[in-house]
Amino acid sequence: MDQFTLNLIVVGASFALYFGIAIWARAGSTAEFYAAGGGVHPVLNGMATGADWMSAASFISMAGLISFGGYDSSAYLMGWTGGYVLLAMLLAPYLRKFGKFTVPEFIGDRFYSPSARMVAVICLIIASVTYVIGQMTGVGVAFSRFLGVSSSTGLLIGAAVVFFYAVLGGMKGITYTQVAQYVVLILAYTIPAVFISLQLTGQILPPVGLFSEHTASGMPLLQKLNEIIQELGFASYTEAHDTTLNMFLFTVSLMIGTAGLPHVIVRFFTVPKVADARSSAGWALVFIALLYTVAPAVGAMGRLNLTTTMWPNGTSGEAVALEDIANKPELQWMENWEQTGLLKFEDKNGDGKIQYYNDKSKDEAFNAAAAAKGWTGNELTVNNDIMVLANPEIANLPGWVIALVAAGGLAAALSTAAGLLLAISSAISHDLIKGQLNPSISEKGELLAARISMGVAICVATYLGLNPPGFAAQTVALAFGLAASSIFPALMMGIFSKRINNTGAVAGMLSGLTITIVYIFLHKGWFFIPDTNSFTDANPLLLSIKSTSFGAIGALVNFGVAYLVSGATKAPPAHIQDLVESIRIPKGAGAATGH
Amino acid sequence: MADKSSSNAYWAANIRIISISLVIWFMCSFGFGILLRPMLSGIAIGGTDLGFWFAQQGSILVFLVLIFFYAWKMGKIDAEYGVEE
Repeated sequence: MDQFTLNLIVVGASFALYFGIAIWARAGSTAEFYAAGGGVHPVLNGMATGADWMSAASFISMAGLISFGGYDSSAYLMGWTGGYVLLAMLLAPYLRKFGKFTVPEFIGDRFYSPSARMVAVICLIIASVTYVIGQMTGVGVAFSRFLGVSSSTGLLIGAAVVFFYAVLGGMKGITYTQVAQYVVLILAYTIPAVFISLQLTGQILPPVGLFSEHTASGMPLLQKLNEIIQELGFASYTEAHDTTLNMFLFTVSLMIGTAGLPHVIVRFFTVPKVADARSSAGWALVFIALLYTVAPAVGAMGRLNLTTTMWPNGTSGEAVALEDIANKPELQWMENWEQTGLLKFEDKNGDGKIQYYNDKSKDEAFNAAAAAKGWTGNELTVNNDIMVLANPEIANLPGWVIALVAAGGLAAALSTAAGLLLAISSAISHDLIKGQLNPSISEKGELLAARISMGVAICVATYLGLNPPGFAAQTVALAFGLAASSIFPALMMGIFSKRINNTGAVAGMLSGLTITIVYIFLHKGWFFIPDTNSFTDANPLLLSIKSTSFGAIGALVNFGVAYLVSGATKAPPAHIQDLVESIRIPKGAGAATGH
Repeated sequence: MADKSSSNAYWAANIRIISISLVIWFMCSFGFGILLRPMLSGIAIGGTDLGFWFAQQGSILVFLVLIFFYAWKMGKIDAEYGVEE
């Protein structure tokens, strides 16, 4: 059976499973549509949260980021997991007790202010829409690579699948589909990693293999990797290259951004009890950690495999020959992936060999030695994403593993897209339509409105996926910056302080938000228009703080302004202080409700 | 619902556990993984140092233990103060 048929069978089977679940779990009420009726078991909810959280970026791109960033990329690993500790202790149990459907609804009620609710709705929609564009393009890439259709066709198929189960099932359908998607994506991620860890270190567990001996050289794997890449002029893998200040702030921003992303928070409205919200955050992290502890191993081992493939005779010997790439079956993957544009090789000095090295090294002695050997520039360019997508082929794994990676990439992208679309549609139907425009709408009418806004959101996301704005890649910083500087502090103060009032909260959110957006625009260009920036991340305005790390500062500003303004104005009314008292106590939670 | 002083005591107990947990959370990620890494550079592990291990593995494992500890401990405290569901 050829690879294409195998891919088609595995992906087709996974889709049939998702459809089956969607029909079984269709939503009949708004409670089921927004919060799955509040009856999802914490372990299953944790699994669904894991699939929701691990996007195309986590599945496809993160290992590549670590691979080429080394120690500095640890910020992603700590940031995207540490946020769950904050969720479990500072937000999830109390928001579950509050028992409403959406994050803006809590902010609006706690700060007794429709404008606070509107600020939250706007942040939510911007953060979720920027995120969803990346998922839709991810679906297109996975389809085009593995199923041989154009990426636009792939995107349309993906959108149709999400449309079917998200519009039909709402949160209930999405949750149970995500459980299945989690299983598919984690198998797809860990199976190739286990094979590669066995090949390189003899260890079956990749996180153990990462710190074990590299069997071929007898050296510790990371030491071998450091040695071989430094001989090619690249920076050390295990040393820090970023400043401590920026790495610290970047990690803080990712952590509180994670805890403040609305599509993650709403997951904790679906469990039956407050105690379940706490343990569900733990289960979510168990399932996320399975991927996140394996990712650094995939990154380091992938980098080592790639480098030794390019230098089969060691870094002082001859580089891989063009002739071998064309003829040897174990190098067939290079030609396969060259067609996708994720890998490029070009024999610049015409010696029939492909020299992969760092031609931008700051080490003059290395540059002189490279020139003396007749190297006229690096001859191989690799896209980060290849570290996961081509991993099974680089390691010569069987065809079914490659098919599984295709299904896994699609599961990761579809599950996150569905979660985001739900967050967007509930903000529109529940916070805008029911909350502002037509409070007397019937449950049936609201359910219809939710389904229509979900449909519209999918169409908008598909359009943006087909015509991605040029700034799509940079806006991820914006999504995390918004969540970190506006939503997280507002929620936390709403729970932990009885003194923060409506004026303080709105002033805090707006100032945190504004300063963060301005800082990002100053470095990335106003509204991301090229060449309108006054600074660059290489040479930032404040100390060494890059625009991607500024969410942490924005959050500090938010906290500070909210405290000062609240202190200078009237304390919240008694019934709001009672509300804060009541969300702190688990007793009497009941199911999530819209009333 | 429990009376006012009992619910204040419950909340104080919760804050105390959160504070302890967050100190550990901070030490094992920002501390050992970033700020204190130079101090741990003498402890070698698998071709690198302990700080690198904390940054890429240890912190995540500690986060897991912390959340389950918190959920377990709060379950007990909920029962103690009679505020469980």
